[in-house]
Amino acid sequence: MRPRLLRRFALNATGIAVFALSVFPVFWMVSTAFKPNDEIFSSTPHPLPEHPTVRHFHDVLTGRIAEVAFWEYFRNSLILAVVTVVVSGLLALLAATAIARYRFRFRTTFMVLLLVVQMVPLEALVIPLFLDARRLQLLNSLAGLAAVYIAFAVPFAILMLRGFVAAVPKELEEAAAIDGAGPVRTFFTVLLPLVAPGLVATSIFSFITAWNEFIFAYTFLDDQDKFTLPIMLQYYFGHNSTAWGPIMAASTLLTVPVIVFFLLVQRRMVSGLTAGAVKG
Amino acid sequence: MIDTAPAVGRAPDRSSSGPPRRRRRPRLGPYLLIAPTLAVIAVLTLWPMVQIGLMSFQKVGNRQLRGEPAESVGAENYRQIFDDPFFWQTLRQTVLFAVVAVSLTLLVGTLIGLLLHKLGGRMSNLVASGVMIAWATPPVTAAIVFYWLFGTTGGAVNWTLDALPDWLVGGGWADYNWFGSPLPTYTVLTVCVVWQACPFVAVSVLAGLKSVPSELYEAARVDGSGPWRSFWSITFPLLKPIFMVLLVMSIIWDFKVFTQLFIMAGMANRDAFNLSLYAYSEAFGSLNPKLGLGSAIAMVLTVLLLVVTALYVRVMVRQGETK
Repeated sequence: MRPRLLRRFALNATGIAVFALSVFPVFWMVSTAFKPNDEIFSSTPHPLPEHPTVRHFHDVLTGRIAEVAFWEYFRNSLILAVVTVVVSGLLALLAATAIARYRFRFRTTFMVLLLVVQMVPLEALVIPLFLDARRLQLLNSLAGLAAVYIAFAVPFAILMLRGFVAAVPKELEEAAAIDGAGPVRTFFTVLLPLVAPGLVATSIFSFITAWNEFIFAYTFLDDQDKFTLPIMLQYYFGHNSTAWGPIMAASTLLTVPVIVFFLLVQRRMVSGLTAGAVKG
Repeated sequence: MIDTAPAVGRAPDRSSSGPPRRRRRPRLGPYLLIAPTLAVIAVLTLWPMVQIGLMSFQKVGNRQLRGEPAESVGAENYRQIFDDPFFWQTLRQTVLFAVVAVSLTLLVGTLIGLLLHKLGGRMSNLVASGVMIAWATPPVTAAIVFYWLFGTTGGAVNWTLDALPDWLVGGGWADYNWFGSPLPTYTVLTVCVVWQACPFVAVSVLAGLKSVPSELYEAARVDGSGPWRSFWSITFPLLKPIFMVLLVMSIIWDFKVFTQLFIMAGMANRDAFNLSLYAYSEAFGSLNPKLGLGSAIAMVLTVLLLVVTALYVRVMVRQGETK
């Protein structure tokens, strides 16, 4: 009995250590955000703020970073993320239905294309897309960025959704067809409600893609009132590189929504990325 | 369970759909359904790829941005980068970083995956959520937070290293500048990237482990095999497909890491460049943009990654992922 108990203890202790180490940077970010300046720059840092303050949050939320109020950046990020989610979700649902429900001539080619496109380095594509957007007067606008984000979110969304579509029994659609529902009606009354959970999971992934994106937003956007949150953060960091209180408060505001979403769908994300790689 | 897509990979069974009368002819349907996606990918991914290829043989600078047609310069851009020792330095840094970061990511991720599998249900969920937080953190925030952690004034890492006994870690850490030269910068970058990437490996390995029947391990134990041997003769062969995918994806992600290095080193710190930062800085970094030259560097990066992608596609096709 003894060694088994000891083993259990060692395992749990390792587990807690791993948990602490992985959470530490985020914990330190939040903790710094609540510390008054003298504690932030103290030569003996304390893990928790001794005199917690919301001043840095107040400064970030009400102050003007680069001439613009925080909420404008938040709004820009939110608009981009929502447009990306809705459009890429719609495109992905259509394409996933095609892959899961039909066998057609270029089906395999299409899927290989999706796998390849996912791997193309955005860091390379930014050069030609910058010139294209410039030609089309889409630089410095959220519309140009939204188009790019949709293109990047769609391949993964399709690969993830197709499993959910395939899991809907075909008999249900056939029954609807026998009852006289056309393909469009069947889609909306049978398939859509059943695929909804998958659509939610995919949407959150697309949301995070748009919310976190840096290089395109940094390259495309010139006017400060068009900046997204990551660009605002980088800009602020670049101009006040030691104002750690407000920087960490802004970082917290950028990070928390993503973490909440992420924890909600973590399991599905993995199944989408490596779906089928395990054949049990 | 992690695998919530049970029917993945199972092809719809057309033959069993009963009556000989063909219901809903699937002639045009699927093509209409994938058409919008194809259009988006063609315009925003495939065409730009072609453009990089074309531009890498052209001179595209301020005059072209004002509307003059691009001049063709043949292979001049490539000659210029291949003759430049700086290009080889960035390439070396890119490859070295990828080798170190990928190995560490896979090693640490696998260990955490094994740990998650061994832990009890509630503890396992707690630790999984913890590592997942690292994964979810936006790259910009992650880079800034690590910059702060490794900073000289009030930085938690230097303080900890200074507090540790000198015989263990050496002395003089209090004012150590991690961002003064490439090697320490890349050390911080590696820690940051591995911290963010290993949760994905851990959770994938965990999903794989759950699919391995426990009888195999019991049989191995009865036959006197220890944990090390069990891993290499049961776990690893069974999870090999998953490791292949994780390896390829990690290589691709770490090869082109941009945001974190951009924040930590910046465009002014040329010594710390990797290929993607180098391409970006040639294309956009100065008042005299050299988009053609930047495209040539981006092309080298893309070709390197396409080789890895080919491997990835081969693995996925073999595993029936495209069925």
